[in-house]
Amino acid sequence: MIYAVLFYLVAAFTVACAAGVALSRNVVYSAFALMGALFGTAGMFAFLGADFVATVQVLVYVGGILVLTLFAIMLTHQISEVRVSNRSVAAVPAAVLIAAVAGVLLLAILRAPWKTIDPTAPQATTYAIGELFLGRFLLPFELASIVLLTALVGAIVLSRKELRG
Amino acid sequence: MQAATIGLEHFLIVGMLLFVAGLFTVVTRRNAIGILMGVELILNSANINYVAFARYSGGHDGQIFSVFVIMLAAAEAAIGLAIVLGIYRTFETIDVEATDVLRG
Repeated sequence: MIYAVLFYLVAAFTVACAAGVALSRNVVYSAFALMGALFGTAGMFAFLGADFVATVQVLVYVGGILVLTLFAIMLTHQISEVRVSNRSVAAVPAAVLIAAVAGVLLLAILRAPWKTIDPTAPQATTYAIGELFLGRFLLPFELASIVLLTALVGAIVLSRKELRG
Repeated sequence: MQAATIGLEHFLIVGMLLFVAGLFTVVTRRNAIGILMGVELILNSANINYVAFARYSGGHDGQIFSVFVIMLAAAEAAIGLAIVLGIYRTFETIDVEATDVLRG
């Protein structure tokens, strides 16, 4: 019972924060709403018994990507003009279109005959995930490392000041 | 088990709502960083679906995939924000409608 109440609270928090990202008029507020949505997603992972993924979510998303985003906001805006920083256009047609998308998705979710098993009690998943990463998924894992390295070197090359002359 | 009280559909609906919010952000925002935030929301909704399906069908493959998605999201954020900084340096704005020098 208390489990379900907690779930609905976290879910409502996540969705409210996501709506804040979509609707906030200040890009800094959007960033902080995004932080709430990311924490809420980590909570969803915890409800799904995925402790490792929830930890990675908090470490990488909240600790890395969000800080990077805030840095980018601060570097590309004068603080004084931050009030009107998040212009959005054509909200009404977009809302109509996206309501249609949401309707189709909702119908698909509710109509589809999902074959589910009764989930077992949550156990620690880190060991099993580590085994999979260094076993069956070794090649994608190494590939992802190379992609990450390339992307970060590329980001440094793109964002440093150009040396002229 | 207590977890059985919450069905798969609940998680899918949370993922769907995150996806819709992210899509709305991407479509309506004209701030490049705002658009990137919408992309992050969409990736998160996909992750919730991955982990939910993994939970309700057994095995850990879905969780592995969500970790890969998080990795690629980190790469995407680094590159995307570097490009945004480059746009800002060239155009002195990050409004995506101002960056139209290739338009004839």
